[in-house]
Amino acid sequence: MVNGQPDRAINVIGLGKRFGARWVLRGVSLEVRRGEAVALLGPNGSGKSTVLRILGTLLNPNSGSASVNGLDVVRDASGVRGQVGYLAHTPGLYDDLTARENLRFAADMLGLPYAAVESSLERVGLAHVAGDRVRGFSAGMQRRLALARLVLQDPRVLLLDEPYSNLDADGVELMNSVIAGIVRSGGALLVALHELAPAKAMLDRTLTLVEGRIEGAH
Amino acid sequence: MTWRDDWRRVRAIARKDVTTELRAKAGFNSVASLGVTILILLGLALGPDAEALRNASVGAVWLATLFSGVLAFNRSFQVELESGALEPLLLYPGPRWTIFAGKLLGNLIFLTLMVAIVVAAGIVLFGVQIPADWPSLIGVLALGVVGLVVLGTFYASMASRSRAREVLLPLLLFPMLVPVLLAATTASKALLGADVMHEAGAWIRLLVAYDLVFLIATFIAFEHVIEA
Repeated sequence: MVNGQPDRAINVIGLGKRFGARWVLRGVSLEVRRGEAVALLGPNGSGKSTVLRILGTLLNPNSGSASVNGLDVVRDASGVRGQVGYLAHTPGLYDDLTARENLRFAADMLGLPYAAVESSLERVGLAHVAGDRVRGFSAGMQRRLALARLVLQDPRVLLLDEPYSNLDADGVELMNSVIAGIVRSGGALLVALHELAPAKAMLDRTLTLVEGRIEGAH
Repeated sequence: MTWRDDWRRVRAIARKDVTTELRAKAGFNSVASLGVTILILLGLALGPDAEALRNASVGAVWLATLFSGVLAFNRSFQVELESGALEPLLLYPGPRWTIFAGKLLGNLIFLTLMVAIVVAAGIVLFGVQIPADWPSLIGVLALGVVGLVVLGTFYASMASRSRAREVLLPLLLFPMLVPVLLAATTASKALLGADVMHEAGAWIRLLVAYDLVFLIATFIAFEHVIEA
């Protein structure tokens, strides 16, 4: 235990998940300690996103168990949701709202003051388009706005699914700086990646997932 | 989380839904236009007989509300699915019932605006005389809209992850709405005719009971439906 928090931010034991008759995860076990950044690598369909979705309480496992900061993802899903920041393939923004309105909505849902919205927009370099509708944003700008939502939330555990897609070099640097800030302050990162290169410098370990099983660890 | 936090979430979802629908090209204008178009088509189908038009006015208004309401309910979850916003919505901490309550409130505001337009159009197109007891008629409209929105929002959430949601929603919803439609049209007709048989009261009580039962049931069931 560190400061009353379990040392293991993420603890997964024998996780199994099937969709219909097909087993996507076959007994995955892994752990991520506080202050650690870990990448899940693997080909398409290997189960990377499914692991993240189970840890984010978006899916229930068929077997095994998973916990985030000591909270079980099934039995205490609401508590887990208060700990994790999840970034999926799609940015999950409302096209007909402005950037500011999107973040104000997130602030309302998270119980945060609106003042934090402006600083988040500044942090990701979107303050100058805060009043523009997201519909007119490029894919990279939408990704930055999704990152601003993470900055706003300041979660203890980051679950990121291909976070670098559509980001330019500056965007990659920004993403890494936000992630590093959260991990350095005692958070944890589990990131699903196709390509290791953009995240390599800040990762502590990599795990390779093949056909629903952990096949390699470095 | 306190009730203030819960209420903040409910309000935020409702405000977001109403704002996006009013701004979207396929939003409010399309739904309201469909409602009025259905009224015009029904009027044309009934012919020039003024008495027949007046007699059919209540049913026509409720049917127009029902059909255009289905579009609105489908839209309320489609907005979440279009850019993958449903997952972030489900990932915010706090009870899931607040998502349902927010969607419900948003749809209620949206449908109330739409019903106001459809009723106004119905009064003009079908030559309806506004009765002396118009507040009771508004009460019946409100109870009917609540019943429609409660079940419409619930079934839209259920159908939202199905590829055939546009077809699935009316198939699930319409049979369940038969009691609302029957009670609302009969009570409205009775009130428009000065309720000489005093039959409106029983139908209004049925509407109140229906709304209460399904309001409670859908709030309880929503968490299971959205996680399925």
